[in-house]
Amino acid sequence: MEYVIEMLNIRKQFGDFVANDNITLQLAKGEIHALLGENGAGKSTLMNVLFGLYQPEAGTIKVRGEEVKISDPNKANDLGIGMVHQHFMLVENFTVTENIILGNEPTKLGTINIKEAAKKVQKLSEQYGLNVDAYAKIEDISVGMQQRVEILKTLYRGADILIFDEPTASLTPQEITELIQIMKRLISEGKSIILITHKLKEIMEVSDRVTIIRKGQGIGTVTTAETNPDQLAEMMVGRQVVFKTEKTAAHPKEAILEITGLNVKDNRGVDRVKDLSLTVRAGEIVGIAGIDGNGQSELIEAITGLRKVSSGKIILKGQELTGLKPRKITESGVGHIPQDRHKHGLVLDFPIGHNIALQTYYQAPISKGGIIDYKKIDKLAEKIIKEYDVRTPSAMTEARALSGGNQQKAIIGREIDRDPDLLIAALPTRGLDVGAIEFIHRRLIEQRDKGKAVLLISFELDEVMNVSDTIAVIHDGHIIDTVSPKSTTEQQLGLLMAGHEVKKTTIDKVGGE
Amino acid sequence: MKKRKIGLALTALLASGTLLAACGSNDSKEESKGGDNKDAFSVAMVTDTGGIDDRSFNQSTWEGIQAYGKEAGLKKGDGGYDYLQSASDSDFTTNINNLVRRNFDLVFAVGFKLEDSVKEVAAQQKDAKIAIIDSVVPDLDNVASIMFKANEASYLAGVAAALESKTGKIGFLGGMESNIIGGFEAGFVAGAKAADPKVKVDVQYAGSFGDAAKGQTIAKRMYDSGADIVFHAAGGTGQGLFTEAIAQKKSGNDVWAIGVDRDQYDEGKVDDKTNIVMTSVLKRVDVAAQDMIKRSAAGDFPGGETVTYGLKDDGVGLADSHGAISEKTQKEIDKAQKDIVDGKIEVPEQPKK
Amino acid sequence: MSQRMVNILVPVVSVVLGLIVGAIVMLVSGFSPVAGYSALWNGIFGDSYNIGETIRTITPYVFSGLAVAFAFRTGMFNIGVEGQLMMGWLAAAYVGQAFEMPTGLHAVVAILAAAVAGGLWAFIPGLLKAKLQVHEVIVTIMMNYIALHTANAAISAISDGGEKTEKIHESASLASEWLASMTQFSRLHWGFVVAILAVIIMWILLEKTTLGYELKSVGFNKNASEYAGMNVSRNIILAMVISGMFAGVGGAMEALGTFGNMMKMTASTGIGFDGIAVALLGANQPFGVLLGAILFGSLKNGGLNMPNEAGIPTEIVSIVIALIIFFVASGYLIRLGLERMSKKNKDTQKIKEGK
Repeated sequence: MEYVIEMLNIRKQFGDFVANDNITLQLAKGEIHALLGENGAGKSTLMNVLFGLYQPEAGTIKVRGEEVKISDPNKANDLGIGMVHQHFMLVENFTVTENIILGNEPTKLGTINIKEAAKKVQKLSEQYGLNVDAYAKIEDISVGMQQRVEILKTLYRGADILIFDEPTASLTPQEITELIQIMKRLISEGKSIILITHKLKEIMEVSDRVTIIRKGQGIGTVTTAETNPDQLAEMMVGRQVVFKTEKTAAHPKEAILEITGLNVKDNRGVDRVKDLSLTVRAGEIVGIAGIDGNGQSELIEAITGLRKVSSGKIILKGQELTGLKPRKITESGVGHIPQDRHKHGLVLDFPIGHNIALQTYYQAPISKGGIIDYKKIDKLAEKIIKEYDVRTPSAMTEARALSGGNQQKAIIGREIDRDPDLLIAALPTRGLDVGAIEFIHRRLIEQRDKGKAVLLISFELDEVMNVSDTIAVIHDGHIIDTVSPKSTTEQQLGLLMAGHEVKKTTIDKVGGE
Repeated sequence: MKKRKIGLALTALLASGTLLAACGSNDSKEESKGGDNKDAFSVAMVTDTGGIDDRSFNQSTWEGIQAYGKEAGLKKGDGGYDYLQSASDSDFTTNINNLVRRNFDLVFAVGFKLEDSVKEVAAQQKDAKIAIIDSVVPDLDNVASIMFKANEASYLAGVAAALESKTGKIGFLGGMESNIIGGFEAGFVAGAKAADPKVKVDVQYAGSFGDAAKGQTIAKRMYDSGADIVFHAAGGTGQGLFTEAIAQKKSGNDVWAIGVDRDQYDEGKVDDKTNIVMTSVLKRVDVAAQDMIKRSAAGDFPGGETVTYGLKDDGVGLADSHGAISEKTQKEIDKAQKDIVDGKIEVPEQPKK
Repeated sequence: MSQRMVNILVPVVSVVLGLIVGAIVMLVSGFSPVAGYSALWNGIFGDSYNIGETIRTITPYVFSGLAVAFAFRTGMFNIGVEGQLMMGWLAAAYVGQAFEMPTGLHAVVAILAAAVAGGLWAFIPGLLKAKLQVHEVIVTIMMNYIALHTANAAISAISDGGEKTEKIHESASLASEWLASMTQFSRLHWGFVVAILAVIIMWILLEKTTLGYELKSVGFNKNASEYAGMNVSRNIILAMVISGMFAGVGGAMEALGTFGNMMKMTASTGIGFDGIAVALLGANQPFGVLLGAILFGSLKNGGLNMPNEAGIPTEIVSIVIALIIFFVASGYLIRLGLERMSKKNKDTQKIKEGK
């Protein structure tokens, strides 16, 4: 096989910690090579070594058969290596062309020749079927289109080896399909691609071979056609992974949360939740399925007291919550895993331990007479870090430095530890890898089995189908139907989410069970 | 307070004095060795926050001290003459203390803002001799206070304005109301009324020493209402008066302005031939400083006293009118000046309430 | 090189660099750096008088630095320390001269009045920020002008049209004959003890109290704090008010210590603005602010002696002092950068290790 890139026995060490240990990755010409690993397994480190951001302690890098030393990103560029970053590095109010030539402007007598550059951009765009308007402003184009600008940027600079870092993280399903087509087109035009991801589905669909790393160790390279998702997951996590979370049948008891005739407006005064009624009982998980923007956020904010209710009633264990302050609601037995953990769930600049105390810092035993006992916070933090398997160097590590999965585990630990009667989990597994997703699903089911009520909000059909005991489909601010996951197909659910009433005969109503 | 400006002409005058001193530099070089003379009377000053080159009180005092230093053949530095600048109000005490501790025979504190610091240091350093300008510190034997009878010179300006006015109406533009500016107002009004009892004096205060725009608005109102000569005692606010007077002159109105503190002739230039500054009321801080040094050197330090410099001592006066004041009026001014010096006229110190 | 070595070396090197560049400036302008720096040294430590004056100069900087730092730590930019300090100065001067109280108690009451005045002055931008999302930077800057002219008008009113308020009664004064006699009549006053107390108070407030936890949390992330049930508006206002109170007490130091009264001013004191630099030098940590204020105050006071002893003009002195502070600040930045880098690496490594 002809290799364009060979990273042989790479070792990268930070202090006494080994981030990459003896990892070998060989990229053949014209292939899509997936680099698979959990969050924090060392994928980024390896790619940063390739891109010249880190220097390896041991091992060799060969580009097109020649041994090279990549001292900085410019060197990588010269070697034809281009990186499509997960977080786009684009100037919002610049045009596509301006962004592409940024830092590499073709100048003539000190003036930039934009027109010529735009022509070149347009030509590249057509050649690879990217369909990008060279004169569009970044702020006016979709996320998927912005990603194509990033791809164009590398092509413009003459890259024929492209590294895609978690490219599908922020894309819609439609955009993902398009991206996969683009990647295949790139290959047909003679490029080679390294795809960094932890999504097994994509790997199976697009890649030729997969290199798996775990905890900084190279586990091996397999040909995609000869493997399956289960095997890949096992290699990645190091044990068998259960995709479909096992659970026993639910035994719903008394109603914990009762919402009747709820109306909520958004910040601009538009009705977002319209005459919504919903019941969540003890010992069941109610999943709210729906497309983003159908009133889910407003519904949660109304329950937790963060948003004013225009009309309707929210009752928890027979006690009315409507109009109470968030803290009162929390104290009366509601736990909340917010949908945006960075914005709403954590104070990223606080140590993770302080974040774990974010709901209880003011109560005894942590706080007495206005004085905080940080030792008690540490104790609580250590307990939750242990119980919920939060992987962090210490309780004093800034929350920012933790991986998404560990941040989420800390939040879940914080909320569940208060033993709430109702646990609201909004998109609890967004952006997490399979290991973390499995862990979180098990925790939600555990709560249910303890006789608590769980309200799950998710945009992922898999998740709703897997975890919920009852699915309430939300569309345009009200519950369009309530169905049982056992007797409903994804297609039927999809139709409901899109607002199509489905004939009752096709779906067994929960009530009829 | 920017109420203490000295004239450019004054600077020129002093410069010529310096030149004169320099002319005799043949022997002054030899004399400069006398600067090391331990018996020489050494002098230093502390500025207020305006700085040493403020074209006002600080600069004027320093010029007076320099003139003395040259004359006595002293050098800048210990045992000769020196100054320290104050960047903030909290520096006053430290600076005065530093100079006293360097054994200067006389230390000037320039401006009323230094009053508290002077009291403080004087109480602690009994051997120090401190002279404060524009403020009265009584009851301390080692502090002399220097005040100016600005009302006397203002009286002369009032005489000039009343006699030169063609409309029978003149104006007074004050900065902020205070005792010091009150002296200017009182003198000006008294002089005008004495020269022409029928003259109308429009008195207005701007409420600021730094608001040239407001000064111009008030000046415009005065000129438009028929006043043709306006005297300002308003620091930077007075710049607006000059701006307006120049504009009026250009549009054909025959108006005049009277400057303050220093000769403001240069500010009133319309073109090569025309100027709207009739004269300026001068405060000769340099003269006062030199006088104070000489008295003190001669062993006559007026500790505990307030020394007031007026027309008699050349401490205040009117600047050259460059022909703007007629000979006839000038005679009246000279007569009034003589009468004041002789004590025949007593100029009020504060306006009647 | 070990971390400890770096920690010691960086500030030393940056001070030395600052001194060298300052020396070049003096040489170029025709003055002797040796004479200049020995004058600077003497101006700070020369004798007991200078030491006393140095400590006195440092005192208000501690407060303005704490005020800025406290706001920074709680997510606010308080550029209005200048105005809050002036209102505190005014309040302390007024209480000190207008009332009769037993010695000691009088000073305490005057200091409290200053804290209240500074706090109230900061309450306005806090309220506007919390309720109407008006950015506090613009409001606090404008409040500085309002404070300057309000104070001047108030001084006129209190003193019947005078230029300054009456001297405060002995009972309210922080000045001490004992301190003065120890330091050859310097204006050293008990304010430095109050300043050290303030440093400790800020530390306790931020690091030990429930309120401090809340204020920091809201400062870092309003949304998460709101989700956790904190009253965000209340905390924003409180953060500004407490910051303003530190500034106000700084003003009391001038009223009850250095000057014993308040005089009309044509421009800001500059102490509040320098407080921003002091806070940044001190990394917004209470004890760091103390160190920053010591550096600032020492150079300010020592600098006064450079024209006095070495004949170097004030302008050159200002440049030299600014250069030293500049290099200390950039040295700190370098170290901060180094620490951030190594800390981030360590964190990420350990997480990776954990996985």
